Amino acid sequence: MAYKIILAGFGGQGILFAGKLLAYAAMLDGLQLSWLPSYGPEMRGGTANCHVIISREPIGSPIITNPDALIVMNGPSLDKFEDQLQPGGTVILDSTLVGRPVKRGDVDTVCVAATEIAESLGRKGLANMVMLGAFLKKTGLFPVESFNVAIKKMLGENKQELAEANITAVSAGFNAV
Amino acid sequence: MSETVLMKGNEALGEAAIRSGCRHFFGYPITPQTELSAYMARKMPKIGGTFLQAESEIAAINMVYGAAAAGVRAMTSSSSPGISLKSEGISYIAAADLPCVIVNIMRGGPGLGGIQPAQSDYFQATRGGGHGDYHLLVLAPNSVQEMACLTADAFNLSEKYRIPAMILGDGTLGQMMEPVDFSALPKPVFAEKPWATNAMGGRRGPNVIKTLYLLPEELEATILEREKKYDFLRENLQRYEARFTEDADIILCSYGITSRVVETAVRELRNEGIKAGIIRPVTLWPFPEKIFKQVRPKAYLSVEMSMGQMVEDVKLACECRVPVYFTGRTGGIIPSPAEVIAKVKEIHREVCAVV
Repeated sequence: MAYKIILAGFGGQGILFAGKLLAYAAMLDGLQLSWLPSYGPEMRGGTANCHVIISREPIGSPIITNPDALIVMNGPSLDKFEDQLQPGGTVILDSTLVGRPVKRGDVDTVCVAATEIAESLGRKGLANMVMLGAFLKKTGLFPVESFNVAIKKMLGENKQELAEANITAVSAGFNAV
Repeated sequence: MSETVLMKGNEALGEAAIRSGCRHFFGYPITPQTELSAYMARKMPKIGGTFLQAESEIAAINMVYGAAAAGVRAMTSSSSPGISLKSEGISYIAAADLPCVIVNIMRGGPGLGGIQPAQSDYFQATRGGGHGDYHLLVLAPNSVQEMACLTADAFNLSEKYRIPAMILGDGTLGQMMEPVDFSALPKPVFAEKPWATNAMGGRRGPNVIKTLYLLPEELEATILEREKKYDFLRENLQRYEARFTEDADIILCSYGITSRVVETAVRELRNEGIKAGIIRPVTLWPFPEKIFKQVRPKAYLSVEMSMGQMVEDVKLACECRVPVYFTGRTGGIIPSPAEVIAKVKEIHREVCAVV
């Protein structure tokens, strides 16, 4: 079965990058995957989202209409995608930025103060990684160790310092759940 | 050895072109294909190639015309409105029997339209777009891997048959990322080009590339000669993918990204016991009409991101022996598997009713 994830938030929060990292980790695991970004007149502060599908089978449509998981980093994204979530699906929510609780009673919600945690680490921009850490803890989609390998490989040798910061943020998110 | 990397469709296309020996790229930016131009701008200078951002789409296609006449592998890319601008040049290149690759990463039209994915340039790609009796070889990938592989094919086939080739993708394929294995790329096969206007060499007289024939008899002769090539390609170059067609009551026809939506829909329909099948044209010109002679569905359904442009080719291919239906969305909206499933069930009730 395919596992379908929508990541959504403001442009500039690293939503597309977070999705790319999940896709990359899936590729390293030898799984099938697709990553589809929203594109258009988006800009920093506007909304951004991406669709990531991970599967053992070849992937048909890369467009997700009923996600299994939702990683949301602002209010408008929760408003937009909450109704689309599969019953029994998972919401990971940045409680620092999303001002309301999840209305659906038939989904699993994890609230993480991701932006606050990232700020306490001195890197507000890594809230996306904190969210991924919480997501990995909740879903067990990838072991953190193999995910960390994906981070290092994706960022490349010249950015290992940044990779370490990302790994720290993922770990903080993992431990916050 | 496998060389699997995670890449956007636009970038995979650029990398495939370079690996296929393309060293001349002339572009003009437009969403949603700009990553391709950006990739070429980054890579070409490093390998001694030429990346040139032209002053307009019209200039870019004419630079391709010139480069192709000189015998090098050349490419340009754009999205729908930009392809309309290039159409005059494309007609000239076809008339000059020159090889080149033109990429259209389609967006919503007509007019300036929108920037979201669409497939409403099917007529433009398969019927001309420019003026005169000509055809392009039109290839329609449906994954990032195919964006790469069909680009390599496009260069080889275009050169072998001296026909401009078009890669017809859409905004989704251009923007999405999937793993792509470049070791699976068809190898470049370079054709001899005794016709190229690349200095005299040992030749006795100059080569001339032209498209103007003021004597009607002369012009007609060139067109008839070219038509023989088209006939050969119609006979020998049809490509498609057919699945679950043997027992299918309803065969869904779609190409490009829409075929992926159809794939999801058909899997679900099969699970529910509805005998749905798929014909996915990979070459849109020549249209893979032969497969339609081998199947016996009760109806066809063409699924497109347009108002139903491929429907005409499906009707011609099946000779209207059974009804041909259409469903789809346009203007930048991708149909959902649920919409496709609902339409198939509606048709199923009509054509498979128990009497």
